[in-house]
Amino acid sequence: MSHIISILIENESGALARVAGLFSARGYNIESLTVAPTQDPTLSRMTLVTTGNPEIIEQITKQLNKLIDVVKLIDISESTHIERELMMVKARAINGGREEIMRLTEIFRGNILDVTPTTYIIEITGEKSKLDAFLNTVGEDNIIEVVRSGTTGILRGDRGLMV
Amino acid sequence: MELSGGEILVQCLIDEGVEYIFGYPGGAVLHIYDALFKQDKVKHILVRHEQGATHAADGYARSSGKPGVVLVTSGPGATNAVTGIATAYMDSIPMVILSGQVPMAVIGSDAFQEADISGITRPCVKHNFLVKDVTKLASTIKKAFYIATTGRPGPVLVDIPKNLTDPRVKIPYEYPKTMSLRSYNPHVKGHRWQMKKAVDCLLEAKRPMIYTGGGIILGEASAELTELTKLLGYPITNTLMGLGAYPGTDKQFVGMLGMHGTYEANMAMHDCDVLFAAGARFDDRITGIIAEFCPHAKIIHIDVDPSSISKNVRVDIPVVGELRPVLTEMIELVKSSDRKPDPVALAEWWKQIDGWRSLDSLGFDRNADVIKPQYVVEQLWEMTHGDAYITSDVGQHQMFAAQFYKFDKPRRWINSGGLGTMGFGMPAAIGTKLAFPDADVYCITGEASIQMCIQELATARQYRTAIKIVNLNNGYMGMVRQWQEFSYDSRYSQTYLEALPDFVKLAESYGHLGLRIDKKADVRAALEEAQKQKDRTIFLDFHIDPTENVYPMIEAGKAHNDMRLAPGVNPDAELA
Repeated sequence: MSHIISILIENESGALARVAGLFSARGYNIESLTVAPTQDPTLSRMTLVTTGNPEIIEQITKQLNKLIDVVKLIDISESTHIERELMMVKARAINGGREEIMRLTEIFRGNILDVTPTTYIIEITGEKSKLDAFLNTVGEDNIIEVVRSGTTGILRGDRGLMV
Repeated sequence: MELSGGEILVQCLIDEGVEYIFGYPGGAVLHIYDALFKQDKVKHILVRHEQGATHAADGYARSSGKPGVVLVTSGPGATNAVTGIATAYMDSIPMVILSGQVPMAVIGSDAFQEADISGITRPCVKHNFLVKDVTKLASTIKKAFYIATTGRPGPVLVDIPKNLTDPRVKIPYEYPKTMSLRSYNPHVKGHRWQMKKAVDCLLEAKRPMIYTGGGIILGEASAELTELTKLLGYPITNTLMGLGAYPGTDKQFVGMLGMHGTYEANMAMHDCDVLFAAGARFDDRITGIIAEFCPHAKIIHIDVDPSSISKNVRVDIPVVGELRPVLTEMIELVKSSDRKPDPVALAEWWKQIDGWRSLDSLGFDRNADVIKPQYVVEQLWEMTHGDAYITSDVGQHQMFAAQFYKFDKPRRWINSGGLGTMGFGMPAAIGTKLAFPDADVYCITGEASIQMCIQELATARQYRTAIKIVNLNNGYMGMVRQWQEFSYDSRYSQTYLEALPDFVKLAESYGHLGLRIDKKADVRAALEEAQKQKDRTIFLDFHIDPTENVYPMIEAGKAHNDMRLAPGVNPDAELA
């Protein structure tokens, strides 16, 4: 099962490398990893999606906590949370396909960001599964390029990941 | 006080109470060496290779409990130190490594002697820093010592670009008195409820076993462990790293466990119903095959590092905390409990253990004409009354030292357990001797290991560190040869060391004493001669039985109760 681990980490050089290095050194999987500074410029927030049995996930959280730069972390997939991923797709849009892709974009509540006589750039936000579904529906033949941000997430309600 | 970066660095070490710094100069650290030259509080020990610097600092740290400090230059100076850093990391040894770096303006340009040492060492340090601003130098050094010495200790590297130590740039200096980091809280108190559960479980045991490791020594908890063990009357075993944490000559001590542990220790591990683990990490050399590890036992585990718990073996009652306070509290809990250890079950258990013990699994041919390595270590133990500092390298000699030198005190046994670094022993002995100039420091080594850092004989000469080298010379990489004998039909691939030097002449050429010992009858006299030498290093080259193996042995993938015993030791005999 996928786990979404949110990490507050000191915004220091090498911090990202420590996290990435830990995963490769200990043979853990990373499905996606996003990182950016928070409202406090000394802190970065990472969202890391990984898979493994409960023992492995326990080790991953312990090993991450052991990194000196890690201030706090939480496995948000264990509580009610919201997760989102941003995707931009450059799709082939010619003849009848132009109408069809526009309709699909509306259905998936996406936006068309760029239009040329033969292509669209479509922006879609949502859970990973919704993004996968959109790509499936548009079809491989119509896709020129895909860029995805990787999942980010936040806990619902009062609880959260704060210093 | 206004100081340059180089002076700040040296002043930080003085303020930190650093006595010795082990290092080797080079371009990127010239400003620092100039600052060192102008003072006499921190003594610099010039090694002959940076690996030697890290091992010597490591030996100093293991024996004294204080952090070892290393200074190396950029590029090859720093990369040469990596093996020693990894050695310290695997055994959780407090160490601060200061490395020079090329000036900030050329970092990333593949400058002369540039290496990304913070990148290279990231997986083998507790933490590292690249200092980019001279005003942060003092606080970074303070952080480095704080991180290296607290919680589960470990090496911390501080990389310092050359321009930061420029003698022309002076800034106000202040060394922080205390340090705290929002992302690092090393002082963990054990959970009271978990400790109560652990004590209840311990007191209900019918076949208890205490298994402790290097964490007891690092956590200065030997006295508490000994008190608790004696209070309970339970059998205790130590890992290779934990030897000396409990008196090796005490009757409750059943010897080392694991791959080359005693029969009684490993059998008791297999059959116990409650395993009390403290400051140990269930390493693969300890557990044998995990699927058959302590199959009947409830497992209690105390460790300061939460990631050690349930890493390799699922634990039933974990206690995360510093060992000394946790054990102290557990002693009180045992004393105040209504329950007492079950005397009938315990007597039965000891009877069983004594049966295993009667097998004498460490027995060797004491009547042999040739010099048996075990005999040399045993004689050394007798002669020094178990009170010397013993460093070792890695291989058969290391196991013989662990099996036959019975350590009664912590910090006397100094060896590379986790990484298994050949070349560790002699520089570690130099560091130990500097920490304890009046103590007897022996390096038990082999002719293969000693050659990996042989150049440090010059360091021993320069600083008159009178160490005693016991070279168990069998002409083979003994442990590898043993595995080849057992698992590869005696195809001794590349394990025969042809063209060995004459170690006596070699020692003499460095200005030391050398003795070659071929006859068993001369062993004791040679050791006595070494013991007499208080001012000179002596190299004893013992030519031992080249065919001797280390027994017992749990081969890879086998369980604790599946040991290969020495020829002539019959496990069925224990019943008689």
